[in-house]
Amino acid sequence: MSTLEIRDLHASVGNKKILHGVNLKISSGEVHAVMGPNGAGKSTLSAVVLGRKGYSISSGSVLLDGVEMLGLPTWQRAVAGLHLVLQYPTEVPGVKLNDVLSEALKGRGRDGDIARLDTLLKTEAARIHFDEKFLDRPLNVDLSGGEKKRNETLQLSILKPLFVILDELDSGLDVDALRDCARRVMDATSEDNLGALVITHYSRLLTELRPSKIHILVKGRIVETGGPELADVLERDGYAAFTPEETVEEASMSDPMGLNLYP
Amino acid sequence: MPVLTPDAALSLGATWSQVRQSAHERATAASFPTTDEEIWRYSRIGELDLATFTVAETPTSIAGLSDAVTVTQVSASAVAVDPAFADLFSETTSSDLFNSLNLAHMDVIVISVARGVVASEPIIVTHTLNGEGNIYFPRLVIDAAENSEVTVVERFISNDGVRSLVVPVLDARAAQSARVRYLAINELGDKTWQIGEHHSQGHRDSDTLLATVALGGDYARVSTAARLLGQGSNTRQVALYFAGGTQMHDFRTLQEHAAPRTTSDLLFKGAVQDTAKSVYTGLIKIHNNAKGSVAYQTNRNLTLSHGAWAESVPNLEIETNDVKCSHASTVGPIDEDQLFYLESRGVNPDVAQRLVVLGFFDEVLAQLPVGNLAASLRQQVANKLSIGVGA
Repeated sequence: MSTLEIRDLHASVGNKKILHGVNLKISSGEVHAVMGPNGAGKSTLSAVVLGRKGYSISSGSVLLDGVEMLGLPTWQRAVAGLHLVLQYPTEVPGVKLNDVLSEALKGRGRDGDIARLDTLLKTEAARIHFDEKFLDRPLNVDLSGGEKKRNETLQLSILKPLFVILDELDSGLDVDALRDCARRVMDATSEDNLGALVITHYSRLLTELRPSKIHILVKGRIVETGGPELADVLERDGYAAFTPEETVEEASMSDPMGLNLYP
Repeated sequence: MPVLTPDAALSLGATWSQVRQSAHERATAASFPTTDEEIWRYSRIGELDLATFTVAETPTSIAGLSDAVTVTQVSASAVAVDPAFADLFSETTSSDLFNSLNLAHMDVIVISVARGVVASEPIIVTHTLNGEGNIYFPRLVIDAAENSEVTVVERFISNDGVRSLVVPVLDARAAQSARVRYLAINELGDKTWQIGEHHSQGHRDSDTLLATVALGGDYARVSTAARLLGQGSNTRQVALYFAGGTQMHDFRTLQEHAAPRTTSDLLFKGAVQDTAKSVYTGLIKIHNNAKGSVAYQTNRNLTLSHGAWAESVPNLEIETNDVKCSHASTVGPIDEDQLFYLESRGVNPDVAQRLVVLGFFDEVLAQLPVGNLAASLRQQVANKLSIGVGA
């Protein structure tokens, strides 16, 4: 049993503070959703947990089984067991999927899986209806939105991290691809005890990825945590119900220079 | 061997044709280039002193010969030559110093393919240029008759530490509907200079490919000019270049459309590491009779070290409206998003950078005319990459 704990995380981009003390804890086998409107800091949260450049962290912790991840380079966090499924997977011309996975598995000391990588890829591709012809394509180059997310899910299923952050899995793909990807993630939570943090702003994704907990992120804070029923509240009332009335005053108080940091 | 002064040039080799004699005269009349001229801007031409080199015959081997092709070799020292041979060069009246010097001193190889003949096996021409202080003038003529097909690879090799200079010229001629594919591979040592030219002429409905892979040399320059003279002709120019240490690679390209409905596509991809330099300047020139033509020009450069430098200057010169043209040019470090993506899979940064650089070049390697050379060239690029070495 592993845990991923985000503790009082504060982060900025440039001079703009995005995360104002995020707290969240998830265990193996669980699915949690982080939901929030545009600009709430959802993508920042996923970027900061994986250590993407361009963000500064003023305080807080990201603990994987009690081990501090902040300060580790991205690849070491991945090897330690964190994985990110990107909202818009990056095209990497000329770089083949199996070359990347071989190197990624090498970093994890999984020589056995490298030896049977071709078989693994074919088996996993079939499970999510990912056409084998795409296995030889350069990463994400000339793939449709749906194929890109299938490709991401394929990598997840082979790398078998402890925790995955799914950043807007439902962006840019059709219903069939969404179902294939979501079901594979759900399978991994039971088969491999994967913990999944699902970042989304639409509750429709949660009919496939069924979270036990939902965290509502507004303006860089978790303002509410609850069970799956929270999604129904959101569906009915939108995020307005979770937006603190005093936000405007609060922003100007914490910002004596009068800069509008939260337009 | 005489030292290459203009007088010495005049006294050399004019025995077998007027072609050479007049080339000597043009070489003598030509002034030595300077970086004030646009075509030599950024170059290291100012460091070159021709008088310190001695003319030598080019040591060349040829493989892949078959009945499909006729190969004629005429070295500069040849005394008697079929007069018809000289006709091949009757139109070569360039006033350029290096082209003229080449013509005056050339060791010629002519590869001819007869009408309708397809030479299925690539012909591999290898020049080994290891004479200290030598200057070599190989000239390769590919003469593809109507509806013929031929692939030629020309390799330039020398050892590290050998101070030699090679001034090669390629002259590729594709008659109507002919297909000519050419690949130059620069595997020169770290003290060898190259000042080379590639020319192609494509006649009606012909198809030419001029490819270059440049890994070696101290200062290595190639001017490549693809001329589309017949309607419906098509040409592609591709290059992979990778300079390290204090090397400099210098490319000047021309896509010249002088007939209607002609198409050209150029893809040059380069990388520089350490304190190496590279230059790309390219011109698409479309004459007013070349209506309905299409031309693309793409140059992309990776700067892999802070001290490395790459210049990219694409240009268009278009005399008719009825054309489709595009050019794109980039110079910069490895894309951070691509690195993050690979690192987020658990690939360490050195390996991620190597993968991205090799991937960057794959687009060119995939277009080389001899597919089975791509793997070894890719390995040479990998061996040269200093990223992650010893990590």
